[in-house]
Amino acid sequence: MSELLTIPLLQELFGETILESHAHRGDETVIIPPQSLEEVATRLQQDERLRFEFLMDLTAVDYLHLDRPKRFEVVYHFYSLTHNRRLRVKVRVDDGEPVPTLALLWKTADWFERETAEMYGIKFAGHPDPRPLLLYPEFKGYPLRKDYDQRASHPLVESRRKGESA
Amino acid sequence: MAVENPLGDAVITTKLDAFIGWARKWSMFPYPFVTACCGMEYMSASAARYDLDRFGAAWPRFTPRQADLLLVVGTINHKLSPVLKRVYDQMCDPRYVVAFGACTVSGGPYDNYAVVQGIDNIIPVDMYIPGCPPRPETVLDAVIKLQAKIQNSPQEM
Repeated sequence: MSELLTIPLLQELFGETILESHAHRGDETVIIPPQSLEEVATRLQQDERLRFEFLMDLTAVDYLHLDRPKRFEVVYHFYSLTHNRRLRVKVRVDDGEPVPTLALLWKTADWFERETAEMYGIKFAGHPDPRPLLLYPEFKGYPLRKDYDQRASHPLVESRRKGESA
Repeated sequence: MAVENPLGDAVITTKLDAFIGWARKWSMFPYPFVTACCGMEYMSASAARYDLDRFGAAWPRFTPRQADLLLVVGTINHKLSPVLKRVYDQMCDPRYVVAFGACTVSGGPYDNYAVVQGIDNIIPVDMYIPGCPPRPETVLDAVIKLQAKIQNSPQEM
């Protein structure tokens, strides 16, 4: 099961759009620019040879301390039930740069994108319901960013201990 | 007892505070505010093997208006904290609060943006039970110590 199945096909279909690719023990990864995400994702879901029906996970990584040209990577894990194959797609974006939503193609993307948006401050353009998922409206900041103050908290009830935050 | 007692063993004399304290300590109705894994140990402590009923604290009341003892069992995060405050505010006096497990005592392992660093930030606490989770014996020890606290405090009526 170590032969590459998906990467060559994607390279054939999209050519230069596939910026980078690698595979580790049969787990294939491709990196694409955010403006091609919708096109590639639609193909991944609908092409007979790909058929990635299931978006298993969607999250982001903050590479603040690695001095990359783009600060964040948004990571998508796809699984094809038809072909029993997995694919990881990464999109590199900078702070404030929008990523197109996949919530209209995979319903699982809806909540994943809401969580990623509130935790990392990544904008998902065209999301049908862009409210925070877990955090409350009074919460300030994006807690999974590397530069988030570890001691910060946003209590809803005033602390009984004087001069201390909850 | 220095008081002369012409009725012999048929009557005992005591102080009102001590009598009410005795009644209150053996009839605590707990309200289990269970949010996390400590709930398993609460179940164990209240079920037959460890048997909280021996201390008169077996019957959970799932409305704070009928409860005397608020058992806060499990992690309390900031989003949930107004709910806990409201439950406490609805309880009638005399009321007691037990912080059950490390999370309620100090935030436990969760020193982060989401978790309240000790529920005594929100409501007053009578008894702290350490442990992650505490063993049922620790819970029983806390209940016995709380009984002693109730017995020995002046009773509000």
